[in-house]
Amino acid sequence: MDKTIVKAGNLVYRRTPVMNDNVMHYCPGCGHGTVHRLIAEVIEEMDIQSETIGIAPVGCSVLIYNYLEIDMQEAAHGRAPALATAAKRLMPEKYVFTYQGDGDLAAIGTAETIHAANRGEDISVFFINNGIYGMTGGQMAPTTLPGMVSSTSPYGRDIKMMGNPLKITELVARLPGAYFVTRQAVHTPSSVRKAKKAIRRAFENQTHKKGLSLVEIVSNCNSGWKMTPVEANKWMVDNMFPFYPPGDIKLNGKLVNKEKE
Amino acid sequence: MKGNEAIAEAAIRAGADAYFGYPITPQSEVLEYLMAEKPHERTGMVVLQAESEIAAINMVYGGAACGRKVFTSSSSPGISLKQEGLSYIAGAELPCLVVNVVRGGPGLGTIQPAQSDYFQATRGGGHGDYRVIVLAPYSVQEMADFVGMGFDLAFKYRNPAMILTDGALGQMMEKVLLKEQQPRMTEYPEWATTGKGTDREKNVITSLDLDSAGQEKFNRKIQDKYRQMKEEEVRFEVTECEDAEYLIVAYGTSARICQKSVQLARDKGIKAGLFRPVTLFPFPEKPLREMAEKVKGVLSVEMSAGQMVEDVLLAVNGRIKVGHYGRMGGILPTADEIVEALENKFAKK
Ligand SMILES: Cc1ncc(C[n+]2csc(CCOP(=O)(O)OP(=O)(O)O)c2C)c(N)n1
Repeated sequence: MDKTIVKAGNLVYRRTPVMNDNVMHYCPGCGHGTVHRLIAEVIEEMDIQSETIGIAPVGCSVLIYNYLEIDMQEAAHGRAPALATAAKRLMPEKYVFTYQGDGDLAAIGTAETIHAANRGEDISVFFINNGIYGMTGGQMAPTTLPGMVSSTSPYGRDIKMMGNPLKITELVARLPGAYFVTRQAVHTPSSVRKAKKAIRRAFENQTHKKGLSLVEIVSNCNSGWKMTPVEANKWMVDNMFPFYPPGDIKLNGKLVNKEKE
Repeated sequence: MKGNEAIAEAAIRAGADAYFGYPITPQSEVLEYLMAEKPHERTGMVVLQAESEIAAINMVYGGAACGRKVFTSSSSPGISLKQEGLSYIAGAELPCLVVNVVRGGPGLGTIQPAQSDYFQATRGGGHGDYRVIVLAPYSVQEMADFVGMGFDLAFKYRNPAMILTDGALGQMMEKVLLKEQQPRMTEYPEWATTGKGTDREKNVITSLDLDSAGQEKFNRKIQDKYRQMKEEEVRFEVTECEDAEYLIVAYGTSARICQKSVQLARDKGIKAGLFRPVTLFPFPEKPLREMAEKVKGVLSVEMSAGQMVEDVLLAVNGRIKVGHYGRMGGILPTADEIVEALENKFAKK
């Protein structure tokens, strides 16, 4: 390739140096890779690579530390907010974030999530809600929709027997320690742009020391849902969005719409 | 000073960076003392009451991953909850200090002192092939002294260290000589996650290796560390052992009581001596074997159904008769009871 083609003026895309060339293990169409990239881009744009510590979850994104060029800690399942609490309290001048799936954050790690938020830890939480346990092969998650099929709800989630899906993001938004809570998606170019803004805001909030920021990304799991990537995105819009509507839930410490659940 | 308070004060003075804990009897004084003492004003140390022991040990994990001197304390039921975190911390090769002020179990058990967590402490406790360095104080002075020693060993080996004590020592008041205040660290180990500068590769703290060959290699590496501990870190104490015909082996509170038993036995003409393991992992296997070769019998005394006695048996390896005497459920054995047990097992025959 002629290197001269790449001039500032006609450069349309470049990989951020906060990400590396490692081939990702994600299924084609999965949202994890996109969110990784957005986080990496924000870190580059804010010039905070040397000041950022990320906490990885247990789940499909357990290996996020193989792709991001930042210092990272790999937590036990659900415990990322506890690790982040310590890292931030010991190094208050650094940027600390967790990256967690819905099983990690809203089932096994519910206590750590709620209490880190309620204490108002100055951390950013990136929460990927794909309605399923991706890594272990598509079992029911706390976020699995009523009637939704998974390997442990093979006839659809029966809420009488299996309980209700948990809107943990709305729950966190009601806690006084949560400063910014939003729900986003990454299935279209415009949603990617919006999600990136939210991620940036979550990082920037750490300088205000006003409390925890949580960005939920409603995402797909085409392998777990047994759909093609295109079908999965359509299914997400038709089924996940009515239950998990994208939009800001809490801005600058204030609930956006009190009527919202 | 109470044993629990001595641990807290010694930690501040050892330059600890953070403590994360959750209340449980009989060790709540550690957290209470630290909260009252405001170490953030004295040294900048962080103290936080976590929402559970699980959160507390994972805060320790996060703090240790930043290269800091961090510790937690709890008692038996809480220590059970910490086992997941301990396994991860050992698997990620991080230093930390954990204090277990043991109470009687199983389950909620009792709030009275016991030594029934010996297996859990010395065999790793959580999942996987790992060990924790275990120190067993027998006085309030040692409660304080072992804090600094625990941190030093933890950093030397990048491995969790545990002070295994019990409710009696935790609540006991004794005079204690404390060390001068040490400064907190200002430079952190090169592996710490403190932010990736341009001058180095990124640091990743993880216990995951999906490649079996890599995982086995890692296991070999940590086993080498445990072997090195066995060679370099064994600590024990002997009293009245030169001419002893019978050896009592006991640690912690039991050892304290057995000091008296040795005197009582000698008053009766039974030549008893006390062998006190100070490190429970690594267990003083070789020295105990050598001592045992010179006596007629060994009595292991514990506040448990007989846990350390298995290590005594392994050390002695069938060469000499080994007995066990224990009380459970929070009951301390009396010095007389122990002498009687010694007589019944060996001396009368
Ligand atoms: C203590 C513990 N329990 C269970 C598991 C098995 N496990 C691994 S990942 C996972 C679920 C992850 O689901 P989620 O957090 O939704 O993330 P995803 O894989 O969908 O991105 C489970 C249950 C584990 N590793 N540790």
